[in-house]
Amino acid sequence: MLLTRRAEFSASHVCAHPGWSEERNRAVYGANANPNGHGHNYILEVTLQGEPDPVTGMVFDLRELKDILNEEVVDPMDHRHLNREVPPFDKIVPTTENVAIEIWLRLAPRISRGGVKLANVRLYETNDLYVDYGGE
Amino acid sequence: MKLTRRYEFSASHRLDTPALSQEANRELYGKCNNPHGHGHNYVLDVTVAGSPGESGQIASRAELDAVVSERVLARYDHRNLNLDVPELCGIVPTTENLAVAIEKALSANWPLPAKLAGVRIQETDRNIFELESKG
Repeated sequence: MLLTRRAEFSASHVCAHPGWSEERNRAVYGANANPNGHGHNYILEVTLQGEPDPVTGMVFDLRELKDILNEEVVDPMDHRHLNREVPPFDKIVPTTENVAIEIWLRLAPRISRGGVKLANVRLYETNDLYVDYGGE
Repeated sequence: MKLTRRYEFSASHRLDTPALSQEANRELYGKCNNPHGHGHNYVLDVTVAGSPGESGQIASRAELDAVVSERVLARYDHRNLNLDVPELCGIVPTTENLAVAIEKALSANWPLPAKLAGVRIQETDRNIFELESKG
């Protein structure tokens, strides 16, 4: 069975590879490379896979899941500048893909236990762009 | 890893198959068979799969947008699907057939390094069709 929990955070970022020229960054990332940054209301959908516990009837304690999402993602990222305030994005370009991978790396060790595993991280940067990451 | 980009286009169509009688068409397609046609704001999701390389992106948004725009949006938006879109002429433009036609238009000589994973089309908020691409 799949369980999905949604969370939101708003953050600013700049997409520019530090090793590339301004022209190349502009060509690859377009307006996302504007040096002073811009922001998004990110929507995160975290999907867990497992079977309901025979006693509690739950795949995962939703209150605990909410706390994990807050501690690992919302608290450190909400109303922050990703490049300046949220490692590893001082070194890694915070594209939607890389933010989704980082969220996976933060969540997987805290969620995968017993018969439960993190199945998917879906991250919407805008209504018309999202990425799915399932660990590979 | 997959990346999905959402697009919209508005088009008119009429569902009617020459294989059936007028009454049978009316019965099968209901209001969608009204002779002068009607329209929808279609929502098209295009999904690509791959690994984010040095740029941290599976696909360039600008390049993906250009492919979808050239192959689909420029030809489908504000058109009559029965009359204006060559690959749909003679085919009942159900959203199922639309999904097949759009996947075909995109997958033929697919130009991006990321793989085309699939298309998803909403005719309305209540009718949604998904087709996996074999690339």
